[in-house]
Amino acid sequence: MSGDPVLQARDLRVYYGTPGNPVRAVDGVTLDIGESEVVGLVGESGCGKSTLGRGILGLLPDGARADGEVLYGGRNLVTLSSRELRRLRGPDLGLVFQEPMTRLNPLLRISDHFRETLEQHDPSLTDAEVKRRSLETLGRMGIPPTRFRQYPHEFSGGMRQRIMIALALVLRPKLLVADEPTTSLDVIVEGQILALLADLKNNFGTALLLITHNLGIVAESCDRMAVMYAGRIAEEGPVREVFADPAHPYTRELLRSTISLDTTELHSIPGAPPNLIDPPPGCRFHPRCPDAMQVCNQLEPIEQRLADGRRVLCWLHGPSERIPPGAGAPLEREAIGVADEA
Amino acid sequence: MKPEAAAEAVEPAEGEPLVSIRDLRTYYSIRGSFADRLVGREGGVVKAVDGVSLDIRRGEVLGLVGESGSGKTTLGRTLLGLVRASGGSVEFEGREISGLPERKFRELRRQMQVVFQDPHASLNPAMTIAQAVGHPLQIHGLERDRNQLRARVSDVLETVGLAPAEAYLDKYPGDLSGGQKQRAVIARALILNPVLLVADEPVSMLDMSVRAKILELMLALKRDFELTYLYITHDLATARFFCDRIAIMYLGRIVETGPADAIYADPKHPYTQALLRAIPEPDPARAVPRDLPRGEVPDAASPPLGCSFHPRCPRAFEPCGWESRDLRDLLETRWARLAGDPRVEEEQEAVGDLDGLDRPSPEVRMSAPRGRQPEEVVALLERIRAEDPQEPFWRGVKRLEASGTHVALDFQLPKDPRLQPVDDVSVACHLYGVPESG
Repeated sequence: MSGDPVLQARDLRVYYGTPGNPVRAVDGVTLDIGESEVVGLVGESGCGKSTLGRGILGLLPDGARADGEVLYGGRNLVTLSSRELRRLRGPDLGLVFQEPMTRLNPLLRISDHFRETLEQHDPSLTDAEVKRRSLETLGRMGIPPTRFRQYPHEFSGGMRQRIMIALALVLRPKLLVADEPTTSLDVIVEGQILALLADLKNNFGTALLLITHNLGIVAESCDRMAVMYAGRIAEEGPVREVFADPAHPYTRELLRSTISLDTTELHSIPGAPPNLIDPPPGCRFHPRCPDAMQVCNQLEPIEQRLADGRRVLCWLHGPSERIPPGAGAPLEREAIGVADEA
Repeated sequence: MKPEAAAEAVEPAEGEPLVSIRDLRTYYSIRGSFADRLVGREGGVVKAVDGVSLDIRRGEVLGLVGESGSGKTTLGRTLLGLVRASGGSVEFEGREISGLPERKFRELRRQMQVVFQDPHASLNPAMTIAQAVGHPLQIHGLERDRNQLRARVSDVLETVGLAPAEAYLDKYPGDLSGGQKQRAVIARALILNPVLLVADEPVSMLDMSVRAKILELMLALKRDFELTYLYITHDLATARFFCDRIAIMYLGRIVETGPADAIYADPKHPYTQALLRAIPEPDPARAVPRDLPRGEVPDAASPPLGCSFHPRCPRAFEPCGWESRDLRDLLETRWARLAGDPRVEEEQEAVGDLDGLDRPSPEVRMSAPRGRQPEEVVALLERIRAEDPQEPFWRGVKRLEASGTHVALDFQLPKDPRLQPVDDVSVACHLYGVPESG
């Protein structure tokens, strides 16, 4: 990680549902995001990556309980009141969602969206100043000044997402969380938006947490990545190292099952991600893991730090003294039906 | 490198194609506003499919690839008779089927089935899997005996990997995962023993770890049941595995078509090249591509003149269809880039309102705003040209001068590209030869 962390999550837990039978969507996640750093968070649907993104910003729905620490500027966001959190959102922490149309008010002009955002945080701004700052940010996102007074429906999907990003950036946040920001866009427009996001650190000095299911996007636009499985970070480290030599079998299998132009054979991961109410004992990936050992369904893996600074949650990397004698033998796997998949 | 599964596919037999589409057109009329209708003004027309000719050969997988709004889904639906063609012809096994009444189409659909993108929306949540998958047999009156019906449903469920079938027969779609639902949808399509399967984005809603399994299933079914596929997708990466031939669609037309190998090895149309370049590769040595076409697929109700792709095309030149709206784009792109620079406001004042440029025309007459001179606009445009003379737009400009109170800007006459053979493929692009007449 480069520079001091902007934000540090420490053993963050987010549970949904009843206290007796909670869904452990995020279950003990530790993650740092450095200044101007682009961190990719990947995993299959239902792994808890969106909940983690919202948990970091304190944007959890009613009924969710968070525990642990999210340290930002010396304060723990988990214990802040919703009023204090609201004050941080915008000038400090921003969020970009997947569906831009549902996040813009169809009755408000783009100019009004910007006025509202800017005045909320600084009521003393003059109209001219609001306009100048809005147009400058919109321009960097490729939206011309001639369209400032238009309504959301007058824009295409890609332009709406550009507007959403500009709205999040106009207050110059330290950290932007982007949750699948390109999933509903066409591939060329997706590329355009990713290029804009990848330039945030140069143009705005903003750190970015990019949540996606697409490993290609992580490879091309992120500095560091965290692979999430069943509420936990399975592996975290610099993108180059992780792609060159994935340490966790889940990372490796996920990479192999990505279909790209360079793919030469189809591959998939047997089985499906577990439910998070009653996850498998030991390592949560062990029922699908081709490398599972007997220890893997008995004991929870202990996070290991590799020589290159990567963190990995897998018994293959030890500590060997904690593996009971003989438990390093391969695990007999239960048969997985051909259709038991996500 | 071609994956093995696809390499095994038998070379489709030459001879009569299974489906032969000629100059197919599907237009949607758009209602104007209430006020428009009061004064009797017609709404516009969206040419969703605008003169497409394609053959689907028996036993092949034809990939129909394009972005949203390209018309690929409408083409598939027109073929199935779910949308009425506005013109042209579709022959299925040598028989003209476009314009057939719905009753006749229903019979035909025993032979042509469809799998849609969203497996969650394709299954009725109130029907069990046994009911849903057996439904086509009942609709077509092919199986009245309940035990027989259940046996046939069990068979087809096991064929698509939902085994043992007893575990799925009485489940509801809500009990199944996305991949399992898509298998059930495929089973329902398969139970009628169709000849042709139209698969419209069958894997794009599924997780990466599942996509490969569904694609493999579809390839195995094709082999075992001698199926022919029309694979409709926006994803050139999955199409590479799956397709024998590819047709790339843009704004209602085919812009490039040919054997899949040839298209991936040497894409000819700048649009095909851009689509391939834009696919994110899981390779950290590659950065996000910066040279992607600007903008998005334009409004099909009022497509660009000439080649529909020219406003986004990095290699566009004189005959590609330059027009008034391209001038608006040029100015707006510049002003967005210069945001915060005081020049922007000055230039906007000198040029005045741009709305007059929205009516497509290769001849622009702009009147100078009150109190300004057209010479100012000409000088501004010449300055823009001098800053970036390589910009393709300027190749289309034939005449730029002040004329009285107007700015006169004439473009080269737009020409419509037609599909023409180049090497092993067909391409609709002026780079490979410009037709004599527009």
